[in-house]
Amino acid sequence: MSFKRIWIMFKARNWEFFRDRASFGWNFLFPFLLVAGFGILFGGREYNAYKIGVFPESRNPLPVAALALPEAFKETRFLQFVGFTTQEEALEKLRHHKVDIVVRAGSPPYRYWISDSSPKGQLAEKIFQASLSGTLETALLHKEQIHSNEIRYIDWLFPGILAMNMMFSALWGVGYIVVRYRKNGALRRLKATPLTAFEYLTAQMLSRLFLLMFTLLVVWFGCDLIFHFNVSGSLGNIFVLFFLGSLSLTSLGLVLAARGVSEEFTTGLLNFISWPMMFLSEVWFSLEGAPGWVKQTAQLFPLTHLLKGIRKIMNDGAGLLDVIPEITVLLMMTGVFLALGAYLFSWDR
Amino acid sequence: MTPILEIQHLVKKYGALVAVNDVSFSIGPGTCFGLLGPNGAGKTTTLEVIENILPPTSGEILYHGQSRTDKFKTEVGIQFQHTSLLAMLTVWETLQVFKGLYENTEDLDVLVEQCQLREFKHQRHENLSGGQRQRFLLALALVNRPRLLFLDEPSTGLDPQARHNLWHIVNAVKTSGKTIVLTTHYMEEAQHLCDEVAIMDRGRIIARGAPEELIRTHCQGVTVVLPRTSFQEPPATLPFRVQEVNASVHIETSNIDGCLKQLLARKVDLSDMSVHSPNLEHVFLNLTGRHLRD
Repeated sequence: MSFKRIWIMFKARNWEFFRDRASFGWNFLFPFLLVAGFGILFGGREYNAYKIGVFPESRNPLPVAALALPEAFKETRFLQFVGFTTQEEALEKLRHHKVDIVVRAGSPPYRYWISDSSPKGQLAEKIFQASLSGTLETALLHKEQIHSNEIRYIDWLFPGILAMNMMFSALWGVGYIVVRYRKNGALRRLKATPLTAFEYLTAQMLSRLFLLMFTLLVVWFGCDLIFHFNVSGSLGNIFVLFFLGSLSLTSLGLVLAARGVSEEFTTGLLNFISWPMMFLSEVWFSLEGAPGWVKQTAQLFPLTHLLKGIRKIMNDGAGLLDVIPEITVLLMMTGVFLALGAYLFSWDR
Repeated sequence: MTPILEIQHLVKKYGALVAVNDVSFSIGPGTCFGLLGPNGAGKTTTLEVIENILPPTSGEILYHGQSRTDKFKTEVGIQFQHTSLLAMLTVWETLQVFKGLYENTEDLDVLVEQCQLREFKHQRHENLSGGQRQRFLLALALVNRPRLLFLDEPSTGLDPQARHNLWHIVNAVKTSGKTIVLTTHYMEEAQHLCDEVAIMDRGRIIARGAPEELIRTHCQGVTVVLPRTSFQEPPATLPFRVQEVNASVHIETSNIDGCLKQLLARKVDLSDMSVHSPNLEHVFLNLTGRHLRD
């Protein structure tokens, strides 16, 4: 292995990226426009159904009609019931604003929990109380309040948009470019030199990592100047997670770029991977209440683990030790993708 | 002297298609060897198998009498017929990138002068003209001071001036003692540059030798060319080797006086007659009955 050859290919790819002004500019503009758009449109609000956490409840799908809750409450429109096996699990979700209110199913008095920083929780409480109208409410209810930090939608969404931009940049910036070079014969020309596939792929990956982290820093601090994001944890830890996520997503890009000379097919393949990943990795919305198989499918995507880890740090103030599971999964995925990409790589087929 | 390159019974198949069919030849050091043939003859495939870009179906390729190792890549220079390079880079930057991939390299300023690229060295390579691009690709092939240089149709698509300019540079490279293997379908190019040629057709080598030797062996005297419309009776009745090629009649003869007498006796209109010395095109025509560029 020659570090000199890796370095020269790294530089060449960076020159190319920085000189392609349209693509370069779009990498910065796209996430900024998305964040700005959502900031203006929602201003920290969200327009989803009220999510009612119910425990103890392990049935899936949740038989709402059979729940031991007031009939009027169950029949109220725009409520989505989500079952939890234990009280701890339900309160954890309430703390993270994944549900708006938690109610213990059973006979009166109904015990329920809301977050003191959740406006939706206060309204969900009113809906719950109203559903008991005409009965002795105080006898039927037992209220408890927990404390959690305020999370605006934009604070929750921002890392999602950055990670999504990272995913597109990693998959297309590596996958599509390598296939284009294979198709037009540039890889063949490199094959005729002492450059090895490992050196070439390493240079591609390092270059994309550098560009992703550079873009991330510019977009993060640019957006933060305008939106003043609430970051509970360490910014350094967030960037460590983003770095590991970039590594994993770029490695996935190398797998997709390992073979093929058809840009059209590669476009299809990249869309096939990136769109489900975008929708199932909780970039835009929480999967709380989604069917089990959807949640399990989401675990296959590196973006899911990246976002989970970053939101734990950013929204809940977690440290690196708290996100060890996410870090482990990202590193394992990187290893698998890299091995697969290197094994399948072809210069000209 | 041990040949620098030995090709033994090389076969390359793509499914049922046999692109290279039992090709064998050897090349001595310092030789300029040409693979001549029409499009689709198997020249590029043969070259790319030798270059180690394509795997052979069977056969053996020896470099300095031994199988090719990793060292082979460092000692050969390759100019592909169709290639692309890393985008958005200038001529100079691309040369720097390729220089960075090798250990033993040429001084880039020397290379730029040699390949007449000084004026364009800060231009993006995508903006070069055809002739400039071919000289640039040649410079890339020379960046590692190769002992063996492969040029695949180096002058295809160039205008005559650009082609002669390129030949001039290749001749200078040849003079420096490098071994060159080139493919071409231009007989002038093969005659001008090559010490030895192998004529390929349908995946096989059909003739091999020095250009003059091949012409001497396969052609007699001169070729008289006349339009078919000049004849009142079938030209095949002439007592010479006659071939009808498209709308022309080619008469090969070593006795030009006798030929003219025969033509005049048959009242052939000689107003559009031309007389050609034989060349490799005629060798190919005589061997296959077809033109190189058919």
